[in-house]
Amino acid sequence: MDDALTFYGTEIRSRLLLGTAQYPSPQVLADAVRAAAPDIVTVSLRRESGRLREGQDFWGLIRGLGARVLPNTAGCHSVKEAVTTAQMAREVFGTPWVKLEVIGDADTLQPDVFGLVEAAKILSEDGFEVFPYTTADLVVAEKLLEAGCKVLMPWGAPIGTGMGLNDVYALRSLRAHFPDVPLVVDAGIGKPSHAAAAMELGYDAILLNTAVAKAGDPVMIARAFAQAIEAGRAGYLAGPIEPRDMAAPSTPVFGRASFA
Amino acid sequence: MRLIVNGASLDVQAETLSGALAALDYGDAIVATAVNGAFVPASARRDRRLEDGDRIEIVAPRQGG
Repeated sequence: MDDALTFYGTEIRSRLLLGTAQYPSPQVLADAVRAAAPDIVTVSLRRESGRLREGQDFWGLIRGLGARVLPNTAGCHSVKEAVTTAQMAREVFGTPWVKLEVIGDADTLQPDVFGLVEAAKILSEDGFEVFPYTTADLVVAEKLLEAGCKVLMPWGAPIGTGMGLNDVYALRSLRAHFPDVPLVVDAGIGKPSHAAAAMELGYDAILLNTAVAKAGDPVMIARAFAQAIEAGRAGYLAGPIEPRDMAAPSTPVFGRASFA
Repeated sequence: MRLIVNGASLDVQAETLSGALAALDYGDAIVATAVNGAFVPASARRDRRLEDGDRIEIVAPRQGG
């Protein structure tokens, strides 16, 4: 059975997208990427000093890992910031892909959904292939699709919280309303079981960063996340049993010995 | 001229954006640039003249989630 995943016409084999921030060291980052084997890693753009040039080493490391980059607009709070960042990223990384973040609140880092839709429209019209970091709101999702997005990335929980899937109902609803749109749960994942649960809801992929980078053993948990996502996908495709209230014996009743 | 480069006020001996990058030792570093909040493609740096007080952002690939 062909279970291919496609983002903007590109076939993707791994349903784990991995972030590259906050690892204890570049070596641990490289080892975690090798253990998780994502097809896609997220990256950002930050100020570079002419003398120190910290970004050049990082870029060399990432290119050596062989994954496709998905640049983000992390830290952008306005449409203008996000659009300008995306333009710079397209040139530096050589890709029309952009993980679009327009952040509206400092505590939750939740999306400013109004700015998100506006920026998505501007960027889509300029040829970008937008991966919007959004909420599970159905109306926002519809507007993002109208704006030109062909992928949606709803949160599981606020960035870096590790809480997992805070609103399973909303995620189920989003999945049901947009059955043909590639949907990636992005943010808030903490444990492999969270990732598996999202996959069992029928989500197409998971994007996570803090759950690996800040774990006690990032390499071990990176591998575990990859396994959990595969397991969750199979668990979804294989048609799991529905829950029921009343017990039904699994062992046949006929042929029981009688000891009366 | 006085330029605000990555948030810091600097005295830079340059007339153009490409000249400013050279003066600031960026050499062949892989970076993207914006002037006064607007993206300036690499191909346009040579022709982009700068004025006193211009705000320059010079960014490079970094870790991100």
